[in-house]
Amino acid sequence: MSAQFATKRLGKELEKIHNSLPPGIELVSAENFEEWQLDIRVLDNNPLYMNQTYRLKFRFGSSYPIEPPEVVFVKLPDRAIPMHPHIYSNGIICVDLLAAQGWSPVQNVESVCMSLQSMLTGNTKNERPPGDEEFVRANRLRPRDIDFYYDDNTV
Amino acid sequence: MSSTAATSNKRIIASAGPEAAPPTPVTTASNGMDSEDDFMSAVSSGDDIQDDSDNDDMSGADDDFDFDDEPDPDLGIHKDIMQRKKVAYDISFKVYEPADIQKQQDVLIDEVNMILDISKEEAAILLRYFRWNKERLIEDYMDKPRQVLEAAGLAQVSASPPKLEVIPGFMCDICCEDEEGLQTFAIKCGHRYCADCYRHYLSQKIKEEGEAARIQCPADGCNLIIDARSLDLLVTPELRTRYHELLNRTYVEDKDQLKWCPAPDCQNAIECQVKKKDLDKVVPTVSCLCSHRFCFGCILNDHQPAPCELVKRWLKKCADDSETANWISANTKECPKCNSTIEKNGGCNHMTCRKCKHEFCWMCMGLWSEHGTSWYNCNRFEEKSGTEARDAQAKSRVSLERYLHYYNRYANHEQSARLDKDIYHKTEKKMVQLQRDSKMSWIEVQYLNSASQALQTCRQTLMWTYAFAFYLARNNQTEMFEDNQKDLEMAVESLSEMFEKPVAELQDPKLKVEIMDKTSYCNKRRVILLDDTAQNLAEGKGDRNLLALAL
Repeated sequence: MSAQFATKRLGKELEKIHNSLPPGIELVSAENFEEWQLDIRVLDNNPLYMNQTYRLKFRFGSSYPIEPPEVVFVKLPDRAIPMHPHIYSNGIICVDLLAAQGWSPVQNVESVCMSLQSMLTGNTKNERPPGDEEFVRANRLRPRDIDFYYDDNTV
Repeated sequence: MSSTAATSNKRIIASAGPEAAPPTPVTTASNGMDSEDDFMSAVSSGDDIQDDSDNDDMSGADDDFDFDDEPDPDLGIHKDIMQRKKVAYDISFKVYEPADIQKQQDVLIDEVNMILDISKEEAAILLRYFRWNKERLIEDYMDKPRQVLEAAGLAQVSASPPKLEVIPGFMCDICCEDEEGLQTFAIKCGHRYCADCYRHYLSQKIKEEGEAARIQCPADGCNLIIDARSLDLLVTPELRTRYHELLNRTYVEDKDQLKWCPAPDCQNAIECQVKKKDLDKVVPTVSCLCSHRFCFGCILNDHQPAPCELVKRWLKKCADDSETANWISANTKECPKCNSTIEKNGGCNHMTCRKCKHEFCWMCMGLWSEHGTSWYNCNRFEEKSGTEARDAQAKSRVSLERYLHYYNRYANHEQSARLDKDIYHKTEKKMVQLQRDSKMSWIEVQYLNSASQALQTCRQTLMWTYAFAFYLARNNQTEMFEDNQKDLEMAVESLSEMFEKPVAELQDPKLKVEIMDKTSYCNKRRVILLDDTAQNLAEGKGDRNLLALAL
């Protein structure tokens, strides 16, 4: 598949993003068609995430949007990794939307941001996934190559 | 069982006696045999012919080993293997080639297509959803067709066959293309995308994800399945082939009685009715048309007579660190004070632990200070401080030795089988030479091939008899098993020795007859061993008169 395919689609997405984005989502950088960064905020007053902004990093392969993008939370001095039972402390997100079996080519950067935003909004557990420490220490795989076991369909 | 060896010697003498006459089986085999398969069966029946003549010579003496009707399992790689007389360890199975697998599916699809009045593509999707259980599918469909269709990922309305269309003013949601005249496609759900995106999507699913039976519409949350006909319309022939291959694969994988032959590049599947729950009693060894022999239960190489569970444990035991731990406990001692592991590599019995500086006697493990003046020569025996430590060590030493006894023999046969194979590859080249030098025909040198095959299978069996014996609870039958094992082992070793002879000697017709005799004898000993063991296992557990595994 040619990279043009991804480029064309991302160009269209970017055009739309520049025009408008839903509340709580902001574009930080999109210098090329390989990596974009966006900030998200939770809009209600969920005590877990109140007054916090989180940084998301999107990486697109040449098969995007047939293949899902790689999406992780990034840790910066003013950006923490949100507490969530499906978000590891290194920023890797375990959600089937971003894996081959749950991804649909109709999804886009904006819809992914919104899904993650609502995943945080709906969460009440102030905890990391089981085995977080071990996973963060041992994992050398890229998120897309990890064989997550989706044991929970509620988020 | 000493009569066994005697019988075999007699037989060799009997058949080797009239030296001038070429051995019977070869003559039989060279009469108008045109394919290799025919030849193979001719050799096995050839052995039988020879036995007949032997029996004439020494009727009575050979009664115990009259196997004229017995199948020769290692040479008969045929679909009709189960038509022959059955032995206890033999199980029936069928080999299917790719065309057979396709045909079976087509038959089922046609039946459902006619009975339920739905298209073939839909019938296929439904059958896959029901894991090819036709009866349940028809029953459920008659009962509640709407729910069944929905659950299987099929639309309820049968619209016109799928086709590419140009829709004015269309924009593709995947690539955002909105060019005039864009070819578009949608399955029955109506989620329409441009044909290019659809193609990319399908090729991603098929090529990268190995998906076929359950490729869904690209739309988010739409679980309608893309049928074979729509797919054929969109993708390249190469991808289409791959797709159908994958579909075939799901057919075999969906059915418990079907399994792929695990040999590299083999595309056949084997059908066998052995149930999972019976795997403690039977070892379902099957052999594919490609000649690979494997266990239908666990897909590992043939491991008769050991049941799958035993094999699993044995392999784990061999691979595990548990044996390292055993070695440590057999060859080292622990400091009685701080429990550090210490290996004594020479020197006197006065040990000073490097870690905690505790001083003790290596022999009795007691305090060194208690030794008084009898330093460097521990002659104390009854001190309580030492007895317990010694007991524990003795126990694990015995258990390690027991394991190593069986493991060494197991590993030795494994290695010998490899070496026998190496020799065979060298011999193979020399067979050609032999053929040229001695005016023997191609068929006449094939006895080396049979001998090599017999060595391979017998060693494979012997290997597993040692793992088997490791778990065998000692009772009245154990000795019988060990006798069988010993007989087979002796026969195999002597065949292996003959087999190693230089080519010049192999030309000797006398040696040739000996090898052929020993080959057939080995095969028979193997049958006896497997048959006895299988019968014992099948008849149940707990009986002192039957073999019992301590698993």
